[in-house]
Amino acid sequence: MTIGLGHYLAVAATLFTIGILGIFLNRKNIIVILMSIELILLAVNINLVAFSTFLGDIVGQVFALLVLTVAAAEAAIGLAVLVVYFRNRGSIAVEDVNLMKG
Amino acid sequence: MILPALFFYLFAGVCVASAVMVIVSRNPVHSVLYLILAFVNASGLFVLMGAEFLGMMLIVVYVGAVAVLFLFVIMMLDVDFTELREGFLEYLPIGLVIGGIFLAELLLVAGGWVMKPETAKQITAAIPTNVSNTEALGLVLYTKYIHYFQIAGMVLLVAMIGAIVLTLRHKAKVKRQDINVQNARTPELAMAVRKVASGQGLQDSDAAEWVK
Repeated sequence: MTIGLGHYLAVAATLFTIGILGIFLNRKNIIVILMSIELILLAVNINLVAFSTFLGDIVGQVFALLVLTVAAAEAAIGLAVLVVYFRNRGSIAVEDVNLMKG
Repeated sequence: MILPALFFYLFAGVCVASAVMVIVSRNPVHSVLYLILAFVNASGLFVLMGAEFLGMMLIVVYVGAVAVLFLFVIMMLDVDFTELREGFLEYLPIGLVIGGIFLAELLLVAGGWVMKPETAKQITAAIPTNVSNTEALGLVLYTKYIHYFQIAGMVLLVAMIGAIVLTLRHKAKVKRQDINVQNARTPELAMAVRKVASGQGLQDSDAAEWVK
């Protein structure tokens, strides 16, 4: 009944998969895609902290802190790009982003 | 002894369930609220693991900042979300196949994985037992990993400047105060003295001539 490293890794793997699945299911809705990316980064954080705890090494938590920072920055920039895109096109459907065929 | 296991399954179960609701819910506002629930439960998992500082950081940063940012953007943009869900069932089979393969692989790795005995001796900075988690983190973060810390600050600065530059815009129609133009005004520019004929008044064309 004791909870070991494997339990936390399983939770992180499940969250990661749900994030991947979210990107596939919501191909048109970029807001939910951004949320799925947040879920993926959360899974990575759970992995880092689980290994940090079960190995007794605090450096994993330092890395988790950096992942947290990058996730926050990514959300801010992603939403800013989204707002600019919405102003230009009046929609957030990401399937016609490639209109320029650049 | 059974209590930590119970709480683990509670937090993990609610976390995974709300993560599923994030990706399948019809309304993006509900998605954000489920995302908040997932983050709160993940922070519960962090606290269970003994990483209290990161658990609290998760609530402060994700729930307090990121989720509220998402909520702002969703409510600010007037989007018809029903048409964005059109391809949902179309992509469901391929998504389930790829997700299933992913999950199977990850669980195989997590299940069939054994740690080398030497790994436990090769740790970089052991967690001290006599101080709190926050203090232990600070002891390495501000000494050994000070450059990582500063780079993280730089990342946040760049993100902040980038977000402002991307979304800032100057509308042409908005009237703004221009101090130089105001100071350069003279009585000749601002006023005109007219003789107004009795019974006729001032014509619009006369007025438009000097009001610029």
